[in-house]
Amino acid sequence: MEAAAHAASQTDAEPRTYLNHETSLWEWLTTKDHKKIGIMYLISLAVVFLVAGLLAMAVRLELMSPDFSIMSASQYNQTFTMHGIMMVFLFIVPSIPAILGNFVLPLQIGAKDVAFPRLNLASWYVYMAGGVLTVTALLVGELSTGWTFYTPYSSQQGTAVIFMTGAIFVSGFASIFTGLNFIVTIHKMRAPGMTWNRLPLFVWGLYATSIVQVLATPVVGITMLLLILEQTLQIGIFDPALGGDPILFQHFFWFYSHPAVYIMILPAFGILSELIATFSRQRIFGYRAIALSSVAIAMLGFLVWGHHMFVSGQSAISSIVFSLITYLIGIPSGIKIFNWIATMYKGSVWLQTPMLYALSFLFLFTIGGLTGIMVGVLGVDVHLHDTYFVVGHFHYVMMGGSVIALLGGMHYWWPKITGRMYNETLGKIAAGLVFVGFNVTFFTQLVLGSQGMPRRYYEYVDRFAELHMISTIGSFILASGLFLVLGYALHSLFYGKKAPQNPWAAATLEWTNVAAIPDPHNFTSTPLVTRGPYDFHKADEVFGGSGDGQARGDGAGSDASRLTPPEAAPSAPKEDASA
Amino acid sequence: MSTETAPATTESVETEHDHHPSHLQHHFVSSEQQFDSAKLGMWLFLITEILLFSALFVAYAVYRNWNPVAFAEASSTLDWVLGSVNTIVLLTSSLTVALSIHFIQKNDRKKTVISLLATLALAGGFLVIKYFEYMAKFEHGIYPGEAFAPTGSGYEYLAAIPYVPQFFSIYFVMTGIHGVHVVIGMGLISWMAWRAHRGDFSDEWYTPVELTGLYWHIVDIIWIFLFPLLYLV
Repeated sequence: MEAAAHAASQTDAEPRTYLNHETSLWEWLTTKDHKKIGIMYLISLAVVFLVAGLLAMAVRLELMSPDFSIMSASQYNQTFTMHGIMMVFLFIVPSIPAILGNFVLPLQIGAKDVAFPRLNLASWYVYMAGGVLTVTALLVGELSTGWTFYTPYSSQQGTAVIFMTGAIFVSGFASIFTGLNFIVTIHKMRAPGMTWNRLPLFVWGLYATSIVQVLATPVVGITMLLLILEQTLQIGIFDPALGGDPILFQHFFWFYSHPAVYIMILPAFGILSELIATFSRQRIFGYRAIALSSVAIAMLGFLVWGHHMFVSGQSAISSIVFSLITYLIGIPSGIKIFNWIATMYKGSVWLQTPMLYALSFLFLFTIGGLTGIMVGVLGVDVHLHDTYFVVGHFHYVMMGGSVIALLGGMHYWWPKITGRMYNETLGKIAAGLVFVGFNVTFFTQLVLGSQGMPRRYYEYVDRFAELHMISTIGSFILASGLFLVLGYALHSLFYGKKAPQNPWAAATLEWTNVAAIPDPHNFTSTPLVTRGPYDFHKADEVFGGSGDGQARGDGAGSDASRLTPPEAAPSAPKEDASA
Repeated sequence: MSTETAPATTESVETEHDHHPSHLQHHFVSSEQQFDSAKLGMWLFLITEILLFSALFVAYAVYRNWNPVAFAEASSTLDWVLGSVNTIVLLTSSLTVALSIHFIQKNDRKKTVISLLATLALAGGFLVIKYFEYMAKFEHGIYPGEAFAPTGSGYEYLAAIPYVPQFFSIYFVMTGIHGVHVVIGMGLISWMAWRAHRGDFSDEWYTPVELTGLYWHIVDIIWIFLFPLLYLV
């Protein structure tokens, strides 16, 4: 069988690619190729996103008007709980690193694979085991704790909590494996000439993310284990009825879960830098500031967990300190936004779908960040705590930030992953629907929250009816945009135009030195890196032009054919082992 | 420490077909790169281990700070002699595992296997002593959590002191998770001894032995913090 398949691919006129190489199901399930593992993650995560998204639609439908109901109060609690848990722990945390990080990271640094390919495959299986435990939790009983599992409520709930916390414990290992793998890969697997200051900013984003994954995830692991022991043996650490301290649980939980929001947003920052530089045809403004601000956010992110507990009974001094450090996070975040905008200034901005998502991100993340500062203010938080304002803020950062960047990144790297182009017109329409739908859904929630609508409530008073209705209508628009994306993505797999090697004329290695569909071993010869990742200003060296500026793509508008893709990096001298 | 020495490069394996030693995976350029990557990965994993225990250390510190008397009383019932013996046993096992790396660097396969087996025996000894300690507590009704019901002289009075159960919960969880790590370590060491015996390792390539050694040292170091905190302070 195998031999026959090999022979067939040999005689084929088509070049060998990772997609027509070792194609049986068994070969996929045992693959150590980072590109295939990325795709396996993509399929699994897409299913989780679909299910968790449908749960969100059910929540919005239930809240459409005060007298309309599609489920009981207990079902409602379970629905929003599962929406939160699946979106946070099983979708957004792994999403960008596991899909795009896996696929793109080795290509961008000129490596044949990640440092530990077997560990990479193991991480997917561990993640799937977490998925199986999640399904088990759904089957064995009610889970209505919310995604935060606050004690004592969670420690007195049934077996579903045990399975769900078990699932988070297990899938945490998948996250640790990915982070550990990426740190070592970035340190040890870079191609010759790929210095730290020539790393694409997506790699810097992943590096900062990986640090947080490695340092924070073990703490949530042990917290979940203690919660399981609290339930099974009543060890009395968290449950006040047994002499335990529920605030201690909140400290442990947020020590992971606040850095976890940086696990979710830092790789998104990385994608943004790629998109903005490439589609502005401009060298990124403040490369080092962007790279190091990611690391700064990763570090500061460990020191702000207490801002979730301003009204939980922690001391006033702690609250003041946590509030102050929370403001500090605004500085590196602001540096990034400033640099991205400065990059676009006087660039030739090319409004393709990925760039539309990048611009959406700038708008939405800025709202998310500023509302974050508002809830970080001690007095204001007392009013806003546990209201829809917090829900709105969180979705602006996570959905408007992380998921929008993921969508932009997926469109950007789609030609490299699948070898096909998606439909640009439909892409732009979908980006518009997502942007409008998102704002209609969640801006109303910011208003609702500031007027006092508490989060997680099944019923509400009549004066909130209008805004809830608008929010639900917005969620339909948002969903229609996302389903449109799913539709044309599937369509392009089979009928899409064949993608060229470098459709965006980008300057990083995965476009300049890797075939349209990558080879199983990525590079035909190891590249020798001689310039930075966004050196669009070096027209002569990069584009081989005559230096008259024509090749820079100034005023290229929507005419892709006028863009000259940058030259490929030269091959590194052969590493001769016996020399 | 001698463990810093990188294995010999590919230069010495001219006899191989394509100048690639058999242990070198295709995506690495050289043995050094592969060895350094493996070691950096292991260090990162050890950091996650420390953070896993750190939450337990925090729980210990918090409850001890609130209930110093209860913790002192409960701690005094632990057998510090057995604890000290176990500390010595683990420290010795760290020495033997370091010796196994030393011997494989000298290409002395037999002594490598002996050192690994000695480590295994010491780890087993640790668990046996721990088993007797646990049993002595269970006999007097000292269990983690709800089942906590002290009986017998020297223990009964603990029932009247609040937060003593918390001490024993933390004690059992911390030493229990540490014990799981010892068992995993014994599995790894047995596997290494078997592979060393089979002749998988040489002075050119012994990365798995080195990584197992690193893991075993962290198991030892965690115990070195557990012992004084639980038994002595």
